Amino acid sequence: MQRLLKITIVESDPARAALIEESLLRVGQYELNIIDDMTRLNAAIKEINPDIVLIDLDNPSRDALEELTLATAPLERPVALFVDQGDANLTKLAIEAGVSAYVVDGLRADRLKPILDAAVARFNMFRQMRTELAATKRALEERKVIDRAKGILMKAKGIDEEAAYALLRRAAMDQGRKVGDVAEALVSTAGLLS
Amino acid sequence: MTTTIPVGFVPLIDAGPLIVAVEMGFDRAEGIALDLRRANSWSALRDMVTFGQVTAAQMLSPMPVATALGLGGAGAALAAVSVLSTNGEVVCVSEAMARKLRDAGHAFDFDDAHAAGSALIAAADGPLRIAVPFPFSMHAELLYHWLTALGLPAPSGIEIRTVPPPLMGAALAAGELDACCVGEPWGSMAVERGVGALLLPGSAIWPGVPEKVLGVRADLADSDPEPLSALIRALLHAGQWLNDPRSRVTACEILSGRDYLDVPTEVIDRALSGHMTISARGDVRVVPQFVDFGRFAPQQVHAAWIGGRLAARLGLDRGTSQAAAQATYRTDLHESAVQEIPGYVQEPVALARSFDGQNFTPAPQE
Repeated sequence: MQRLLKITIVESDPARAALIEESLLRVGQYELNIIDDMTRLNAAIKEINPDIVLIDLDNPSRDALEELTLATAPLERPVALFVDQGDANLTKLAIEAGVSAYVVDGLRADRLKPILDAAVARFNMFRQMRTELAATKRALEERKVIDRAKGILMKAKGIDEEAAYALLRRAAMDQGRKVGDVAEALVSTAGLLS
Repeated sequence: MTTTIPVGFVPLIDAGPLIVAVEMGFDRAEGIALDLRRANSWSALRDMVTFGQVTAAQMLSPMPVATALGLGGAGAALAAVSVLSTNGEVVCVSEAMARKLRDAGHAFDFDDAHAAGSALIAAADGPLRIAVPFPFSMHAELLYHWLTALGLPAPSGIEIRTVPPPLMGAALAAGELDACCVGEPWGSMAVERGVGALLLPGSAIWPGVPEKVLGVRADLADSDPEPLSALIRALLHAGQWLNDPRSRVTACEILSGRDYLDVPTEVIDRALSGHMTISARGDVRVVPQFVDFGRFAPQQVHAAWIGGRLAARLGLDRGTSQAAAQATYRTDLHESAVQEIPGYVQEPVALARSFDGQNFTPAPQE
């Protein structure tokens, strides 16, 4: 029987790490490790001696992992980013999803593929969640600014909320700008005058 | 029609030419539009170039060379077509090391690499633990050259490790590092947080060394040279603008933006003006040429030198490594691009010597 592949996931967010773990275990049996402490990343990896290291492309600690590609001591196993371009398309999909995989030399591509497929699917989900979260945050911030701009107008011109919003909207239409932008300009200008 | 070119950068002072090209419209003047993508690591930038997410990227000057020697990366050949910045690094020591150096009488004059290096070596108990942002970086090359020239045996006397710049401050504070060599604004940010003191600018170790280059995939550079040529010209103008002292206030304002470096303008001004605050006590030292955006033409002698150094350290054949390294610095592409600028005369780049009088002449083969 083949030895279980050892996969190390580098991820400081425990919830994300658990989700990656779960999706890998759905496609096969692996010995999984999670490293969440970036300060002793390389020492931990040397101890674990994994076949594959999975890390978010956006993680700044990726650069520290590059040291692993220098197999200077004879006992160390050479590590490469992905597998030698065996499946360039899969590699490209992985980079687009934001996952990078460091793989020891000689690991067969067919053993790597299901792992990478599962990781890519999971990271694509993360990406989507992140985009949605950012959009929600932006919308929330914009609403706050519009509320403040309305307040300023109501106080300065003695009008009600509805009239204040209509005024903002008309200004935005006249200037060909978004209501949020006009509101922001008003709020920051009012800050100067107060 | 305007061609949009996605370009990757890491938030550092020397991403300046890329950011300025967009904000001051030097890209549109050449008929292109840069689409800047911020990355958190050099390896991510290299992979984004390799797999086509970006056409070009800011890179550490040894990165195309390392890739050509098979060190890291997924194999696609990279080419350096311009030098984005020269020098701009600092050596920053931990507060504990700074205290030791002060107690031993070191004056922190910030321009004497002999005195600073000797003091650092004398103050070390055990191997010096120094962080760099990437294994293949001018930071690592400068450190190895500086400390071995002063008699520190490498690798036994020096332990150079890779630490992402955002984590360097914490590692200095935790006593895991004696020093780090890093690009601005990270050195000044360590001083701001009270976790480090600046010991030396990179220019005191070796003035005129290429720090960042514009890197592209070699095959793309040859198959589609036109947009790249426009990009090179836009960045040359941006670099000239940045080098003009009259641009400084505006440049600091632009670079400090939330989408770019996202640090106070005052901290950026230190590197651009060369007025460096070297300690939390507020000591200031003036460095006449801290960072230079005007030495724009890639020099093959630099690439060969980097290749020779990497080969010697990693046990590769020096002759073939130097030849492979030299081929990554594409002076031909650079020259054909800048030749199209009316009236532009490329000034020969003077090759300065290191603090101990070395030049870039590749060492004779052993």
